[in-house]
Amino acid sequence: MLEIKNLKFEVSDAKGKLDIINGVDLVIPDGKFIVITGPNGGGKSTLARLIMGLEQPTSGSIIYNGTDITNMSVTERANLGIGYAFQQPPRFKGLTVSKMLSLAAGKTLAEKECCAYLGKVGLCSNEYVKRELDASLSGGEMKRIEIATLMARKPELAIFDEPEAGIDLWSFAMLVETFKNMQKSSKGTTIIISHQERIMSLADEMIVIADGKVKSRGEKSEMLPKLMCEFSSPCCSISKN
Amino acid sequence: MEKIDKELLEQVAGLHETPKGAYNIRKNSESAGRQSTANIEITSKEDKPGIDITIKPGTKNESVHIPVIITETGVTEMVYNDFYIGEDSDVLIVAGCGIHNTGDSESKHDGVHRFFVKKGAKLRYVEKHYGSGDGNGKRVMNPATELYMEEDSVCEMEMVQIKGVDSTVRTMTADLGKNAKLTVTERLMTHGNQMARSDMEILLNGENASAQIISRSVGRDSSEQIFNPIAVGNNSCRAHIQCDSIIMDDSKIRSIPEIAANHKEAQIVHEAAIGRINGDQLLKLQTLGLTAEEAEKVIIDGFLK
Repeated sequence: MLEIKNLKFEVSDAKGKLDIINGVDLVIPDGKFIVITGPNGGGKSTLARLIMGLEQPTSGSIIYNGTDITNMSVTERANLGIGYAFQQPPRFKGLTVSKMLSLAAGKTLAEKECCAYLGKVGLCSNEYVKRELDASLSGGEMKRIEIATLMARKPELAIFDEPEAGIDLWSFAMLVETFKNMQKSSKGTTIIISHQERIMSLADEMIVIADGKVKSRGEKSEMLPKLMCEFSSPCCSISKN
Repeated sequence: MEKIDKELLEQVAGLHETPKGAYNIRKNSESAGRQSTANIEITSKEDKPGIDITIKPGTKNESVHIPVIITETGVTEMVYNDFYIGEDSDVLIVAGCGIHNTGDSESKHDGVHRFFVKKGAKLRYVEKHYGSGDGNGKRVMNPATELYMEEDSVCEMEMVQIKGVDSTVRTMTADLGKNAKLTVTERLMTHGNQMARSDMEILLNGENASAQIISRSVGRDSSEQIFNPIAVGNNSCRAHIQCDSIIMDDSKIRSIPEIAANHKEAQIVHEAAIGRINGDQLLKLQTLGLTAEEAEKVIIDGFLK
């Protein structure tokens, strides 16, 4: 179980202090498939990065399976079973796709195993296994490999930060299928940050984050129609709220 | 063979036992073993230290190992090796130098390698430099390479220096004939107070000659590196120079790629980048459970692979 208590994250610039996350309280039980959505700049990605430890909160605490992880390093959190797929994954000169997948899995993966993970994100060709994670790969390819990496890691708590961003429509359809299978078969908890209705429709629960706060939360059946109605109105009532 | 000899030979030539095919092993300025084959002849020079390696035309899939090891302190040598790669042959040459210095005097290996690559020949050349030993005496290597490539010849040269060499100045000149194709990959890591300099001049003289120079380096501690690869297009040709360095600690790196064209059909490109390890790269690997130190090692090993 993940518990977030009165979490705050502020940044300072020339104009003064800005609250990016402004008092978030959340309890996420095990085994849930959660989609976090909300307007751009509302704090969704920052919240995800705070959970993984990529950013340190200004105040508040994060408890994972009863352990306070607020001051733990990224590595410690990873070893406790938290995983994170970057919205913009970094490139590595010289590091191959198979090496990255093997590092994620914690063991050397055979070519066949690597291809199985890559196939789930629409990279079917065997040639990808030996490719380097450098500028020769497109943004969409990098993104799909990033998602495959988190699948190979099989964390208890998987966080995907806008997995659909930069992915073409064909691959997106496959990605939705992959998440659908994950939702059915995964025993762990999955948190996906997404703006896509088809991904939202997979959720057990949805959380709307705006202005650094939890604006609303509920079952998909209740939340999705409401959100669709708000999305179709000319200006976004979520952020106005 | 002593333990330290074996370790040096493994580091510089990947040898675990006496190599198959032709070889010449030089230890502390003396011959420690030599074998010629039906197609590859190795003979000593008569006027100066060094050997001539002559590969018969049409020789295919054969290799030559010519490692040099120095295990005594205070050894200084200058060696001249000439390689004659016969027409239409296809061979691998593994050179390399390992110095183990436990004493207080400098040990130094300087070498001039001249390659005459005949028409249609294909050469793969691997040269590794390595130093070990805890003495105060420096381990110094200054290799000079001269490459003459005839029509339709292909050369892949790989130069690697990862550890333990205190000072090195590498110079290379290449003269490429018609349709000649050259690839040079240089991988270097310096640490401590080491200094490494690499000067290269690639002359693309023949029509449709092409060259690709890839230099990857990592500078650590207080070490210094200077790269100055030059590609000169004197005919219709293509060349690409790429210098990429990771800078760490208090190291200093200068990269000066230079290109010149003396023909309107010459297409020559250079790119150079120096930067520290990207913070997101470290974080990405940490999210996979690696510590910061483990992540750094994975990044550097991959970069220099």
